[in-house]
Amino acid sequence: MILRHSLPAFVLILFTTFTAPSTAANDLGERLQACAACHGEKGRSSSEAYYPSIAGKPSGYLFRQLENFQTGRRPHAIMRNMLAYLSDDYLQDIARYYAKQPAAVITGKPEASNERLKLGRQLVMVGDDKRGLPACTTCHANALQGIRPDIPGLTGLRAEYLSAQLGAWQVGTRSAPQPDCMAEIAKKLSGDEIQAIALYIANQDYAGKPLRGASLPPALPISCGAVQ
Amino acid sequence: MRVLVTGLGVAMLAATLWLFSPAWGEEELEVTPLATDAVTIEKGRYLARAGNCIACHTVPGEAEYSGGRSIETPFGEIISTNLTPDPETGLGNWNTADFWRALHLGRSKDGRRLYPAFPYTSYTRITREDADAMFAYFQSLEPVNKPHPGHALRFPYNMQQALMIWRALYFEPGQFEADNNRSKLWNRGAYLVEGLGHCKACHTPRNALGALQSASEYAGGPIPMQGWDALPLTYSKPLDDDEAKQLLRLLKTGVSRDAVTTGPMAEVVFHSLQYLEHDDLAAIVTYIRQLPYAEPPEPPAQYRVTDQQRKRLIKQGKQVYKQYCSDCHGEKGQGEAYKHPSLAGNSLVTAASTTNVIRSVLYGGFGPSTQGNPQP
Repeated sequence: MILRHSLPAFVLILFTTFTAPSTAANDLGERLQACAACHGEKGRSSSEAYYPSIAGKPSGYLFRQLENFQTGRRPHAIMRNMLAYLSDDYLQDIARYYAKQPAAVITGKPEASNERLKLGRQLVMVGDDKRGLPACTTCHANALQGIRPDIPGLTGLRAEYLSAQLGAWQVGTRSAPQPDCMAEIAKKLSGDEIQAIALYIANQDYAGKPLRGASLPPALPISCGAVQ
Repeated sequence: MRVLVTGLGVAMLAATLWLFSPAWGEEELEVTPLATDAVTIEKGRYLARAGNCIACHTVPGEAEYSGGRSIETPFGEIISTNLTPDPETGLGNWNTADFWRALHLGRSKDGRRLYPAFPYTSYTRITREDADAMFAYFQSLEPVNKPHPGHALRFPYNMQQALMIWRALYFEPGQFEADNNRSKLWNRGAYLVEGLGHCKACHTPRNALGALQSASEYAGGPIPMQGWDALPLTYSKPLDDDEAKQLLRLLKTGVSRDAVTTGPMAEVVFHSLQYLEHDDLAAIVTYIRQLPYAEPPEPPAQYRVTDQQRKRLIKQGKQVYKQYCSDCHGEKGQGEAYKHPSLAGNSLVTAASTTNVIRSVLYGGFGPSTQGNPQP
């Protein structure tokens, strides 16, 4: 009796299983070929000045950036249109995929005067209490490796990219969820200081992968909407 | 002669009185009790999805249905309103009659005429029962205090009188009437497409005053301000059953064997159609495939090229295609079923207007994430 009813159902299930398209995610790399057009194979870009490498950056940070492009906090027509109707779950999967890839590291250090490097070092390692500027190392870790999942590392990146991001935060063409800590910091810096910071950081050796989350200080010196 | 002048004077007086006395013609609407049971609220939530209210009434990243989204029109900017039950900035002080007035008559609680960017020209067909359910759902949301900044429309479009004239010409409130000669499925499809779905609002070309050109219903054409074309929904050759099945899958999941939804339609699938029940989507497809064929009002401008230029362009195009496109879309443009849309014979690609193709190449990428296709 049971068989009489379940056999047609069983056949139907079999039929739909073999004819329905697969929704498995094990070909994520193939699905993300569209990203490789700008960001390079597996997120290692060959045109760093315009399209940064995304490989090896912490997954929370990458997810936040995808969200920022989607909502227009980081304005970019192509990114916004490509991400417009992707679910948060998918964005998380994409972020995790690229976080797993080996990072692309820029070799070659930009020229900088001793004076510049000294100014940069002061701001990065010590900060400026009077202006309420914490040292970069208080959030980005002591060798600027970054801390998973939300705080990116700063070493192994081009100086132009670093100064462009600080400049963008200062001017408002890049923003993050409120309170936007990086905007607050960037607005306190002069153009010279931004350049000094970028040159100093770009002259450091690649510090390795971002640290595990347990290394985060119990309270960040400045509240930050982008860090949970 | 004197009669003519007097007659003209009377007519002008009447018109002026009509234009500046908007209280005329106000019907008394019945206030039905607000439903608070879970079944009605769930029904209301489903209908709001079908109407795609969320797309206009939400700013991405902010509270759902709290409004504030800027909608560009050829007449200026319209900002969507707050549908949450906040008493100060939303619908907290509204009752079912007020909501019905908005949907069915296109007027706000205070009698103000609403701009047809809110597509009440379609929503007027929604039944009172369905409207009440939608209202029950909106009233069940968390109130969000978000003041409305006011629209930014140019003179004279920012005047109620302009709306009165537009409505006199282009709006007729009406109830949906089932056609007894057609199947129940067709009628359900007609109710959804002509009412909540408001598909006409994009898929019918508009005239200079922003009204739908009724002689070209569903013939497709450029969507004002968006930079995309809506594809025609009427077909010179009716869809066969396989094509109809693929269309259903396209609407449900955003992807079919040979096509993918992109641009504004991806938004519709993402926010609305993917949540509809199979039967309702089947009804929509049934209705659409039986729409009478309509020609678009005028073909788009086309570049004229010599045969030699054409040959050169095709040669260049072939190289670009081979380098950038063929890996996914196939050497012959055949694509990969359900993954990469086929380009050969694709109606978006072969359309007379090249807008969508160029946009897709410049800005396109993934289709929408849906329950049926979560990782496009």
